[in-house]
Amino acid sequence: MAETLSDNNPSLAAVVRVDNPPPDRSTLKTVLTMLVLVILIALVWEGAKSFARAQEYKLNLFGSEIDLSIFNNTKLPHLGDIARAFGEPAQRNGPPLYQTLINYSLFTFSEALLGFGIGSILGFLLAIIFAHSSLLQRGLLPYVVASQTIPILAIAPMVVIWMRNIGQSSLAVPVIAAYLTFFPVTIYTLRGLTSVPQTSLELMHSYAATRWQILWKLRIPNALPHIFTAFKISATASVVGAVIGELPSGIQNGLGIALLNFTQFYNQSPPRLWAAIVAAALLGIIFFVSMSLLERLVVRWQVKESD
Amino acid sequence: MLRKLTPVLLLVVVVLALAVAPVAAQDAPTVRVQLKWVTQAQFAGFYAALNEGYYEEAGLNVEILPGGPDIGPQQVVASGGAEFGIDWIGSFLAAREGGANVVHVAQIYQRSGMREVTWADSGLTTVADLQGKVVGVWGFGNEIPLKAALVKNGIDPDNADDVTIFNQPFDMNAFLNREVDAAAAMTYNELAQVLEYVGEDGTFPVYTLEDLNVIDLNAEGTALLEDLIFANGDWLAENEEAATAFLAASFKGWIFCRDNSQTCVDYVLESGSTLGAGHQAWMMNEVNKLIWPSPAGIGIVDEALWAQSVEILTNYGIIKEAPTEGAYRVDLAQAAVDSISADVDVVGEDWEAIEVAITANGE
Repeated sequence: MAETLSDNNPSLAAVVRVDNPPPDRSTLKTVLTMLVLVILIALVWEGAKSFARAQEYKLNLFGSEIDLSIFNNTKLPHLGDIARAFGEPAQRNGPPLYQTLINYSLFTFSEALLGFGIGSILGFLLAIIFAHSSLLQRGLLPYVVASQTIPILAIAPMVVIWMRNIGQSSLAVPVIAAYLTFFPVTIYTLRGLTSVPQTSLELMHSYAATRWQILWKLRIPNALPHIFTAFKISATASVVGAVIGELPSGIQNGLGIALLNFTQFYNQSPPRLWAAIVAAALLGIIFFVSMSLLERLVVRWQVKESD
Repeated sequence: MLRKLTPVLLLVVVVLALAVAPVAAQDAPTVRVQLKWVTQAQFAGFYAALNEGYYEEAGLNVEILPGGPDIGPQQVVASGGAEFGIDWIGSFLAAREGGANVVHVAQIYQRSGMREVTWADSGLTTVADLQGKVVGVWGFGNEIPLKAALVKNGIDPDNADDVTIFNQPFDMNAFLNREVDAAAAMTYNELAQVLEYVGEDGTFPVYTLEDLNVIDLNAEGTALLEDLIFANGDWLAENEEAATAFLAASFKGWIFCRDNSQTCVDYVLESGSTLGAGHQAWMMNEVNKLIWPSPAGIGIVDEALWAQSVEILTNYGIIKEAPTEGAYRVDLAQAAVDSISADVDVVGEDWEAIEVAITANGE
């Protein structure tokens, strides 16, 4: 199977890797672009709000009335209010919200990272097995795909109970995060392992290289760019998985409980829920960016040597 | 060539190390209690028993497991994930009928906190007035008390010509926006959320109790039993002594919260740092009203209310038939009450609710 796949896919991965190394963007330019984007989003956000307010939250368009109340302060708070919510305590005499959210984010991140680790290893091993056995690939891959069509919400409570029954309740959330993480790693790694240049493969064969040597010296290096693509997807997925997993686990010091409590008491302080959402988004972004940086360290270095 | 792989190998090692590190065994034997929802004053008595050392004095290592969405306490307890659970009677009896070996051992809340609220200016003051209106209820079996009350008043909840049932999310926005004429509200939670509401322009208070009609489903005779303690039947059969000790210590916790409500609020706030202090103080007081007085002693179920609950749940198909023998037992709660009644007041006949000031946004 591995051979047939690579027959159909001439050295695509190698071409991408050598000819198109990650563009050497200047950090300053990136930061500037991001700033401009943030300002644009803020302008659209606040612009929509003041427009809707001026129209008294009703717009007559071609005779039909459109309800603009989704832009009112309850449903879409001012960005300034959201920023202020970070600085104010969520509880009388308590620490400011940003402090609580940082603590919660760190906890959620530790679960997400562990889940990411478990999921990545599992995904990587599955990919290696699938790359070497077309029988196993044909037999098991459909189940791997099927596993991702089961809503995580349906299995999360069961995972919590299973893990509690085997006395590892602290692992429940990481396992749920891993469930969302392993799939992209399997698929992308498999693609990378199997799409090796035919010429390289022939060279390895002519040296009578063993399967193990081909894997170690050709397939895995070839798969690295794919693996990192998977890591970037999995990084954000693991945060989502951790937050979802926290709810049926009853964890009281993660982002999940903050999102839950602020949702339940939404009409008491809408900006707080938005602040928690911002925190969750930032956590995902930071994890993603870390993976991108790691990718640049690992994959670019490899490209240089190939040149 | 192998050197090229060093980063990958390193990554794998790091990840492996991370995966293995926290797998440390927890061996101390514990009695676990699975709550129905996240940490809040609704469960203050258990937190008080823990913080005041009542569980420790009883020789128990008690772990409180907060609940949340997707956590079914009966499922957790029946599967051995906890020894005790807190739930309402509907889901408890349904789980038991479904084969879960769970036993009702104590009834903490003596009366129901479920209300249906309407705006005072609507003139809707009774269930009968809801004819033809949009009425909010919660799903998952929590709609039963109101539906039973509607039927009692000649309104068919399944007939859209009679009444429009609105499936209410767990916030009060639909009611505040006047998208519904009536909304379900627990006295200790959603009712306060309406009062704590701060207007768009920052005005507070926007609404007071004067602005609301509160329809009490206890008075309609269709209330169901709420927060109760149930146990895993298999575990209970071999640990009656520990169960009694757990109940006695928990009862003492609730008695402590009756007499020291602010301390209990603080215990709850310590365990849930995203909860509003004002809202929890309100909740604590309202929860006390649901428990005290406990005419036969705290935790002793009112058999008439049990029968009423069973009848309504059977009528509405939540359970197919009356629960089997052994669904509830009073002896353990009675033994627990007897063991503490010499030292503390287990009835609370003289207890009076305090006035809790409504705070803006429940802060």
